[in-house]
Amino acid sequence: METSIDNNLITRSENILERVITSTKIRDAVKGIKRIKRSHRQIRAENVFRRTLVIVALATVVLVLGIMLTLIIQSTLSIKTTGFSYLWGKTWDPVRDIFGAYPFLLGTLLTSFLALFISIPFSFAVAIFLGEYYPKGWLPNLLKNTVELIAAVPSVIYGFWGLAVLVPIVRVFETKIGVEPVGVGIFTASLILAIMVIPYAASLGQSMIKMVPSNLKEAAYSLGATRWEVIRSVILPYTKSGLFAGILLSLGRALGETMAVTMVIGNTSLIPKSIFAPGNTMASVIANEFTEADHPVYLSALIELGLVLFLVTVVINMIGKRLTKQFTN
Amino acid sequence: MKTAVKYRIGKSTGFQVLTIVLAFSCVVPLIFILIYIIQAGITKINWHFLVNLPKPVGEKGGGIANALAGSMIIIAVASVIAIPFGILCGIYLSENKTSRLAYWSRLCVDILQGVPSIVIGIVAYFWLVKPLGSFSAISGSAALAIMMLPIIIRSTEETLLMLPDSLREAAFALGMPFHRVILKVIIPCGISGILSGVMLSVARIAGETAPLLFTAFGNPYLSTNIFKPMQSLPLLIFNYATSPYNDWHDLAWGASCILLIWVLLLNIFTKIITRKWKVQL
Repeated sequence: METSIDNNLITRSENILERVITSTKIRDAVKGIKRIKRSHRQIRAENVFRRTLVIVALATVVLVLGIMLTLIIQSTLSIKTTGFSYLWGKTWDPVRDIFGAYPFLLGTLLTSFLALFISIPFSFAVAIFLGEYYPKGWLPNLLKNTVELIAAVPSVIYGFWGLAVLVPIVRVFETKIGVEPVGVGIFTASLILAIMVIPYAASLGQSMIKMVPSNLKEAAYSLGATRWEVIRSVILPYTKSGLFAGILLSLGRALGETMAVTMVIGNTSLIPKSIFAPGNTMASVIANEFTEADHPVYLSALIELGLVLFLVTVVINMIGKRLTKQFTN
Repeated sequence: MKTAVKYRIGKSTGFQVLTIVLAFSCVVPLIFILIYIIQAGITKINWHFLVNLPKPVGEKGGGIANALAGSMIIIAVASVIAIPFGILCGIYLSENKTSRLAYWSRLCVDILQGVPSIVIGIVAYFWLVKPLGSFSAISGSAALAIMMLPIIIRSTEETLLMLPDSLREAAFALGMPFHRVILKVIIPCGISGILSGVMLSVARIAGETAPLLFTAFGNPYLSTNIFKPMQSLPLLIFNYATSPYNDWHDLAWGASCILLIWVLLLNIFTKIITRKWKVQL
């Protein structure tokens, strides 16, 4: 009697044990499947993520190619109708369908190079001051940050300030030296541009000057050179290409600058007679006339200006970047 | 001392003084502009100015509510487009330093950085304004987003490159998948640099006018529809500053003051962050 009960008990407990074991096996199996699924999902997510990254990187390339293609396609009409005479045609008369971009090319070159000419002494002074004379301390730091803020002020505000403050001053100056006192014109635009492009050459030049190896400078000092002689015959020759790259960056900025120039240059399509005469740059013509262009050739001619501007700035920036990279390596 | 030596030392000192004078005179125009604009603008700004629409010529008062709202919307939409795109591209460039695609992509980012803003405006006109049939805020946002991209991409790439490789390797050794290593380890470590890049890009585009001329176009009324023309602060300043009316000039001075303070604060804030987190941009 007792043994049978015992036997019964044993078989039942064995049954239970078996069930427990199988259930844990199942649970393990389920867990395993889940884990496999999860890792599959993770692998898939990983692949999707990698692919997204590649697509995004490709998209930047497509974006730039797209910009270039759009400009080329939209300006073919003008390239076909005006041909090469576009670049040195001296009259721009949309009413008679004559499109010569020479006045704007001249205006752009005049304003940009005049601006560079004015700004270079200042930006080099900042670069030498921060790179060589006083690389550390709160005052140089303040100067550095303030100069960088010059680049932060929106160009439309420069334009408005120029219109309200600089134009009357230039007008007074023009009456004094005896030219027609218009106020607005190439000279005023160059002055504003000169202020705006100082930071670009200054900040690049400053970091270049800081990279001059100190043993070169010390060797020059030990030969008895004064500070100015070290700067002139060691630092400047050593950083030549870097400083040139800074100038190119400034030039790229000046060529493409639109709003400030548009507001103070006077906007005429005539060839400027002197640097005090009103004129137009490529960017300012586009800004002024794009929404008014009423027939396809006119619009296309404006886009061709944009294409020229795009190509010129791209080439200048690329050379600048190349020089900087060469210098830093 | 011999006179020759004296002459050389004198020349050196003279040059040093000249450099200091020239360097500090760069700051003078900036200070003049700041003072002038704040003086001319601060008196125009009051509650009325911020919440009202511009009045027609001849009526006193009026405000710039439409431009403020428009600027915010256009910049917000541009950020929504540019930030994810820019950060992802920056990640790609920092993870694939030597691949051929990275080389071309980097070149294109360099090109994009130098493209004049007016050209981007033309392109946005042909990509969005013409197909959609009217000037619209969304096309302005797209143009601004293109201008934000290079700054965000560059700052992300440079920040992530500065993180030590051991960080990435440790995460991979724990068996984390690639996307979680990036999103949970790498990005949080570099978030300050990425954020300051984003803020810098916003500061850069907040004052951009040229790309908006043929895209957002401007609108004298308050509009929140991003498929319709919209006013923005820089556009308002440009249109009213070049108008011959004094009332409109007053509005433009007030708007300039707000825009200037906004942009400068963003820049200064970014500088402080960058210095606090020792990020190099």
